[in-house]
Amino acid sequence: MKRLSLKGLMPIAGIIALALLLLVVAPSVLSTFRLNNLGKYCCYAIAAVGIGIAWGRGGMLVLGQGLFFGIGAYAMGMHLKLEAAGPEGVPDFMLNFGGGVLPAWWEPFRSGAFTIVAIVVVPAIVAALLGLAVFKRRIKGAYFAILSQALTVAFAALLVSQIKYTGGQTGLNSLTSFFGYNLYDPVNKKMIYSITATILVVMLLVAYQLYRSRFGELLVATRDAEERVRFLGYDPANIKVVAFVIAAIMASIGGAMFVPMAGLINPREVNALASIMLIAGVALGGRATLLGPAIGALAVGFGRTYLSESFPDQWTYFLGALFVVVILLIPNGLASLVPRIWRSLTTRQPAARKRVKTA
Amino acid sequence: MDVLISQSFTGASYGAALLLVALGLALTFGQMGVINMAHGEFLMAGAYTAYLTQQVVTNADISLLLAIPIAFMVAGLLGLLLEFLVISRMYHRPLDTLLVTFGVSLVLQQAAKDLFGAQAVAVEAPSWLDGQIPILGYRYPLSQLFILVLALSCLFGVAALLKYSSFGRQIRATVQNRSLAESAGVSTRRIDRLTFFLGSGLAGIAGVAVTRITATESTMGSEYIVWAFLVVVAGGIGQIKGAVIAAFGLGITRAFLTYYTDGSMAVVLTFLLVVVFLQLRPQGLFAVRTRSLA
Repeated sequence: MKRLSLKGLMPIAGIIALALLLLVVAPSVLSTFRLNNLGKYCCYAIAAVGIGIAWGRGGMLVLGQGLFFGIGAYAMGMHLKLEAAGPEGVPDFMLNFGGGVLPAWWEPFRSGAFTIVAIVVVPAIVAALLGLAVFKRRIKGAYFAILSQALTVAFAALLVSQIKYTGGQTGLNSLTSFFGYNLYDPVNKKMIYSITATILVVMLLVAYQLYRSRFGELLVATRDAEERVRFLGYDPANIKVVAFVIAAIMASIGGAMFVPMAGLINPREVNALASIMLIAGVALGGRATLLGPAIGALAVGFGRTYLSESFPDQWTYFLGALFVVVILLIPNGLASLVPRIWRSLTTRQPAARKRVKTA
Repeated sequence: MDVLISQSFTGASYGAALLLVALGLALTFGQMGVINMAHGEFLMAGAYTAYLTQQVVTNADISLLLAIPIAFMVAGLLGLLLEFLVISRMYHRPLDTLLVTFGVSLVLQQAAKDLFGAQAVAVEAPSWLDGQIPILGYRYPLSQLFILVLALSCLFGVAALLKYSSFGRQIRATVQNRSLAESAGVSTRRIDRLTFFLGSGLAGIAGVAVTRITATESTMGSEYIVWAFLVVVAGGIGQIKGAVIAAFGLGITRAFLTYYTDGSMAVVLTFLLVVVFLQLRPQGLFAVRTRSLA
């Protein structure tokens, strides 16, 4: 057990500040519409915390988190769709494309409890199977990144083609209620936002505890010197699988909360580009830091909305340039600049350069 | 039996296009450990070069042939520019090049959309590619045969270059042991740049070839890049042999699965096959033997 020092309290202070900002300040100053948007960015941020664990701390470039985001989102979407259809009803798109018969594997999603369990368990199983298959065979680095991206491409293609079960390109829309609460009531919208923001704060606390734990140390060790970890008697594959599963669950929860706020889910929200957008946020904020990924994801979400409102066609240029500039010039993200600036303000000596290995 | 032959040939053409894209990737990935996500956009640049060439030389019979060397140069120079501006600055962080080049790829895609419009442009087929040629009772479309022939000629060209020219020997030396090659007087930086030029240029040629089977639009590169990477991953890095087998293997597998299921199911199943295959051979079909631990 590490002793708490003033420095050790800094992350907690950061989490508390973010929690106050999201849960107290934002609801009182933002309009319902903007608050709802902020809620969506919080969903990206939840997924980003997971990416921070897997990529920042574990060195696994998870290019395909859209897959897990999508699993959570579609699980939630299916439940809300069935809620909208009524107790014995069938989703509207199935009447048009599927002959109006509810497939057997949709049936359990009528239950809210089952849906919530599925949102956590399904991505965990998928990630564990994939992780074991990949990491046990010591496939890593770019190979893993490519495989995870290919999987997401395949998943999005599957969603589009299986129109009978997934609504195809349109996805699941015309959702009306969230566990019985009307989605169009501003009070309920605020409530859903608060739930999402609370989940984000809880996930940050989970990550904080994880980074302080023995497992967190092992994860960083695996990132920096996998062979040494192996020689010390640990199996790096198991460590990586656990981190990957945690990241997958977080992405799935983010996806699930995204649906009631957006009011719909479709393949464009979960494809390869959406996955890369998540990575962009994490890279911008600082992949290996605690708060960096979440704040980066929020910033990219904001940036996307505001830039595409004012320059609809130029957003892609900004996103592309963001990648090039951030990764080329500040590979450890904006969060890495904070201590450097802090040090140069408080001491007269030039800030010592601390290189974090980022392979 | 008819299905067997027709799907094999369709798959072979697709595999040939993949091979052209994957060759460049296999070379640069193997030699420099660089993952260039913008490689697909070099293919797109090649395809648009074919379109632009056709705007200048309106005779489709000549312009497509003319486009091949031009596309090679255009894509190659784009690659050289990317290497010089971005990649040369981050050789020590190979995984990060993946993200940077992804950013470049986004920019190039949007630029193509702004320049040529979101709709696909029409590249006219030359008259000498009309019609089919009967092989084993199957009427093989000449346009598909064209891709196969083009890819195989490039393949033999590159193989001969690697085997016999001094440039090729230097490339192989750099792949096998960079520091030893350097101490033997090989300028590995120069070799890196030339390899990048060559690899990107091949993607440009692939771009001309696939105007016969794919719509020429700004997103065409991202469709090929994932498959090309799977070829590289399954074939093993740093040499051509694996890429050839993997490209045709994947192309033909996909063609058959598309026939028996549908397009997107085929993508999913082929992907799962690659994962299963990597369980058997985690280093791909042929691994360059090194003495590193991993």
